[in-house]
Amino acid sequence: MASLELGQVLADPSEIDQPYEADAPLKKRRFQFHWGRGTVLILAAAYFILPFYAGMEYSLQRPTGGFSLTPISQIASAPGFVSALWLSTQLAVITMAVVMVLMVPTVIYVHLRLPRFRRVMEVITILPIIIPPIAYSVGVLESAPQWLRNSQYLLGVVYVILAMPYVYRSLDSGLGALDLKTLVEASRSLGSSWLMTIWRVLVPNLRAALMSASVLTLALVFGEFTIANVDNWQTVPVWIYLTPTDNPRINTLVAMIALLATALVLILIVSLDRSQSRNSRRS
Amino acid sequence: MTVLSDLDSGASSNDASQETKDRSGGMGALVRKIRTGAPVVPFLAYVILVLGVPTGTIVAFAFRSNSGGFTWSNIHTILGTTPLTAEYRSGFENSLKLAVVTAVIPGILGTIIAYAISTSEHPAFKRIVSATSGVLAQFGGVNLAFMFIAAFAATNGLITKWLASIGLDPWNHGWSLYKFWGVAFVYMYFQIPLMILIVTPAFAGLRPAWREAAENLGASRWRFWRHVGIPVLTPAILGSMFLLFGSGFSAYATAEALTGGTISITPIQIGAILQGNVIAGQQNVAYALAFAMIVILLVSVVIYAFLRRRTSRWLL
Repeated sequence: MASLELGQVLADPSEIDQPYEADAPLKKRRFQFHWGRGTVLILAAAYFILPFYAGMEYSLQRPTGGFSLTPISQIASAPGFVSALWLSTQLAVITMAVVMVLMVPTVIYVHLRLPRFRRVMEVITILPIIIPPIAYSVGVLESAPQWLRNSQYLLGVVYVILAMPYVYRSLDSGLGALDLKTLVEASRSLGSSWLMTIWRVLVPNLRAALMSASVLTLALVFGEFTIANVDNWQTVPVWIYLTPTDNPRINTLVAMIALLATALVLILIVSLDRSQSRNSRRS
Repeated sequence: MTVLSDLDSGASSNDASQETKDRSGGMGALVRKIRTGAPVVPFLAYVILVLGVPTGTIVAFAFRSNSGGFTWSNIHTILGTTPLTAEYRSGFENSLKLAVVTAVIPGILGTIIAYAISTSEHPAFKRIVSATSGVLAQFGGVNLAFMFIAAFAATNGLITKWLASIGLDPWNHGWSLYKFWGVAFVYMYFQIPLMILIVTPAFAGLRPAWREAAENLGASRWRFWRHVGIPVLTPAILGSMFLLFGSGFSAYATAEALTGGTISITPIQIGAILQGNVIAGQQNVAYALAFAMIVILLVSVVIYAFLRRRTSRWLL
């Protein structure tokens, strides 16, 4: 491409010819290249879509052939499902509330006043990803005090730690995109308190970051299996695994819906995030 | 790190030091430091209590005998020095093998796919791929096991039926969804997306100017990759593979749900001990296994970080 533009600038026709010759194999290469890309993408799509299709087909197919959506209506009446859903919802609310209260002020403060501490926070928040959940649960079950050990809310306490990497990264990049100092100084010099500044100025500006942090936390809590399973609490993923229903297809159906819903919500969030940042750039 | 130690010394004497408002000298500086550090104390306290204490417990108990003294015997046990405990050793061997297989193959495939995607000119497509990859890489777990059972179960799986109809039923060739290569096959479903997620930024750093320079100097596409592209990307690809190694090594949910806990890998063995299946007198083995897992993961992450630093020398 560069040589073509160069050729157009030159006046002498004989010199224009040369880059054209050089371009001929390039065009051929381009064509081959698209071909290779197409093959790779089609094979990859097949590997990722076919098992998904099989899962959907298995859970929605009628014995007589053809598809039916009635299995979806049977989910609610499957034994134990509602209580598993209720437990997962409670844990999600607890986890989101605690992780936000803990992280939002801290990360804002660190960005404003304690930039040296950012490295420490980065290291701390990467630890839950490094330490395998199964190993971590060994330590949690041993070190938790007995009253907490016997409560399902232990999971919420622990999920806060597991959510920290996602929440920190979302907030960190969200805050990095703001002119934090100006916002805070403006708000403070107009006489609002710190709490007011966070609530009325920073939170609205961080909407996209908070949104993606919450969604990732939600996905984490609704998908976490390891610790819930070894601690013997029936959250939704444990229910999918452990509960024998009259119709085993229901379990697969719930698994497929969980996967699909998480993917759709995340795609939505990413798109919202994009359109919002585009708007802010325009203004 | 200095901030951390400041905070630790400051947290306990917070109230006392606020009274002494000595502005000049070391006392004043200390007070100011404590004031600056105080707002991060709740976060640190939570992390220390809920992450630090359990991790410390694992390390301490890994070297603790049943009577409470120091011992190496737990470590000896998991290294499988006696026939009775050889299962822990083979568990480790299987885990390492699984992690290597599901790091190298998905690492290569993921790199190729990531490159194909990175040359695409549709930003919406890229966004959908990265969001879907995120879901599969991080939130797949149990769901993937059920999906693959529907697709590849013996005789009744949909894809098994398709393959059987063209005479390629993998179950007839010694493959089982619930054994090593079956589990590895399912792991690819979250390892490839993970690879795509981590390796894509490296392709973005491959500057078009290098390619143009190579073309102007007469290099073919192959020579460009052979002498510029691959050498520059190698640390990034290798580093990502170490991260994949860690992910494959620590995965529990998919293997447990797929095999019902019958595959002999370390995470499953730890889970079994936690749920009460323990050989008498070996309660502390779980800590030793967990400790060993953490050590192996730390090593792989350190190598990843090292290779990433090498990467950033070129790809910025």
